[in-house]
Amino acid sequence: MKYVAGVDVGSTQTKAIIIDRNKTIVGRALLDMETSMATVAQDAFRAALENADITEGEVLRIAGTGYGRYKVTFGHEQVTEISCHARGAIALFPGTRTVIDIGGQDTKAIRVKPDGQVGDFTMNDKCAAGTGRFLGAASYALEMSLADLGPLALKSQNPVRITTTCTVFAESEIISHLAKGLLPEDVLMGVHQAITSRCVSLARRVGIESEVTFTGGVSRNVAVVKLIEQAVGAPINVSPDAHFCGALGAALFAHDRAFGVQSEDQAQTALAAA
Amino acid sequence: MTTEILEAAPAGTVAAADFDPRVEGQRLIKDWYAGLAEAPRRGQHVANVFVMGNAVEILRAFDFQLVFPEINSLQTGVRKASGEYIRLSEDYGMSPDVCSYVKADVGLMLKENEHPVGRIPKAHLAIASNMCSTFIKWAEIWERWLKVPTFVLDLPGQRATNWRVRPGDAQHAADSRWVEAQFRDLIEKCEKITGKRFDIDRLAEVEERVNQMVFHWNNVMALNRMCPAPYNAMLDGLTYIGIMNVYRGAPEGVEFMRRLERQLKAKVARGEGRVAEERFRLLFSGTPCYVSMRRLVELFETWGGVFAYSDYLTFAAGGMDAGELVYDTSRPLESLAEITALAAQRGLSNQFFAHERLEQQIRDYAVDGIVFHGIKSCRFVSSGMADTRDYLNKRLAVPSLYIESDLIDPRYWSDAQIKNRVDAFFEALNQRGVPPPGDRKTIAAEAGRAA
Repeated sequence: MKYVAGVDVGSTQTKAIIIDRNKTIVGRALLDMETSMATVAQDAFRAALENADITEGEVLRIAGTGYGRYKVTFGHEQVTEISCHARGAIALFPGTRTVIDIGGQDTKAIRVKPDGQVGDFTMNDKCAAGTGRFLGAASYALEMSLADLGPLALKSQNPVRITTTCTVFAESEIISHLAKGLLPEDVLMGVHQAITSRCVSLARRVGIESEVTFTGGVSRNVAVVKLIEQAVGAPINVSPDAHFCGALGAALFAHDRAFGVQSEDQAQTALAAA
Repeated sequence: MTTEILEAAPAGTVAAADFDPRVEGQRLIKDWYAGLAEAPRRGQHVANVFVMGNAVEILRAFDFQLVFPEINSLQTGVRKASGEYIRLSEDYGMSPDVCSYVKADVGLMLKENEHPVGRIPKAHLAIASNMCSTFIKWAEIWERWLKVPTFVLDLPGQRATNWRVRPGDAQHAADSRWVEAQFRDLIEKCEKITGKRFDIDRLAEVEERVNQMVFHWNNVMALNRMCPAPYNAMLDGLTYIGIMNVYRGAPEGVEFMRRLERQLKAKVARGEGRVAEERFRLLFSGTPCYVSMRRLVELFETWGGVFAYSDYLTFAAGGMDAGELVYDTSRPLESLAEITALAAQRGLSNQFFAHERLEQQIRDYAVDGIVFHGIKSCRFVSSGMADTRDYLNKRLAVPSLYIESDLIDPRYWSDAQIKNRVDAFFEALNQRGVPPPGDRKTIAAEAGRAA
């Protein structure tokens, strides 16, 4: 059996996915970023090989994506995360027409055409407001883990309005609200509303069409998922592999080169069985 | 005119080879700055003007040396010095949100007019207009700091949605009279400043040269409808438009444009394009990022993408872009007023009709996609882009890319972010596919004939 891989080198984490000829995911790995992008990309790839229980020699092609895609020096090609997230989202949910991706430093909205091509996209510009960093600032100010933020925010009865759009200033605004005695869950819900408002605004720029698929690390946050669903007025798709979506898309592009272009239906079937 | 260019066998193919527009353009700009530095010693009068709504023809008839503060500012960007000039103005107290051209100019004043290219002389007169609201506030700075007498032209603009002046209609006649009266005041002012009598024949001579430049300019623009495009509208084109503005109505300007047209015709005849393999033809909408323009073009050309057209070459040419705007030199002042009124109207209405204009240009230049470049410190040219983009996306399904940086502020250029967007745009274009080169040539030629 031969395989292909995708490595997504992001701002906070690196994700690696290995798929087989049937586009079934056989291995995955997620590592926090270190100072050397090239090293962590290599480590993530090796960890995914280990997870798949295969050797490097069995991998025909590797595609890099994310801001650090050119640091995937062992890769055969580089594809932007915009194309990869769209491709990965369609593989996970074939009815996808809009992709919202919130990562550590990037928020992007992608409109996908019925034929699966990228119709339009938009991203946050020169500012990390509305990205995972915004939640990172809240986590630091509240001395809580990222995983606990969403569940606590959902307990809020009177959300506080966070007015600043600057991630750095958000931290001081949070501290000032807490100092005034406001409840942490209300402050947190305000933070979640701020981030959601920014990302939904981006999505509206490209035109929100159903189905909406939410990808990236922040898709694991239940409060953000709920708020996006409220904003778009419909349930959204979130896969357990949502944070691997870019890496999966990259692996699918590598698959095209290695095995030729195949129908995404096959990928969907294979992924459902995985 | 266009059909003739596209079909006629080019003359002077061999002779054109010795003309390098980039080298010649750089030489002319250098000469212009050298002339400015020499102006005080020669006792010449100097006028500050903007590229739009500037009455340059009248000023040339009085032998004013022309300073273009916008071009001074963009040149600080081209020469990677803008950051220093902008910082000086912000240290002085200007907000980061102020137009970076203004801030670079304020920095220039704070550096006692020491520009990277040479010393800029103090002006005896400044012409501003309402073509951009910032122009008037900018001129007020010269007036207050440097005591430069300022003449503000009030050029009639938009009066209602979907309303526009047509040449020769009653409103145009009224607008022209209004502008002409202001020109007569300006002439009086110029006579007082220079001590010279106004010579209407000199004005006619200048206008005749502008007409010749406009003739060649329109031909140059039309030549890029060919596939492959002989020049990049956002790199080579910036040199051309620089000469169009700085040497407007000057013999050197006529000669440059004449030789440029001949050189480009020869390139077209040889089938030579700007890039080795033209894969995508693009349209650039907005103002350049002069501080990183070469890098931006490189990001596109790496993918075989060439800017076949840019609306910047239209709106920044001070109304010299349209073939019908030809001066009637038998009635120089009236004609100048008529054309200024029309050009101003077009410039001021630009955003209201950008979608129609771009729709036409997409067809004329057979482009595969549009790149909108928003300017962080200029809402004037950036604010309508979202509407235009939305319209073109829905109506023509033309792929578009929106990127944002600034005119000359290097802090707003994020290389990784912009490269990411450009690469994703081309990945989408690749998925979509483009017509094979043979079909593209036919489409381009037909678009040229129809125009």
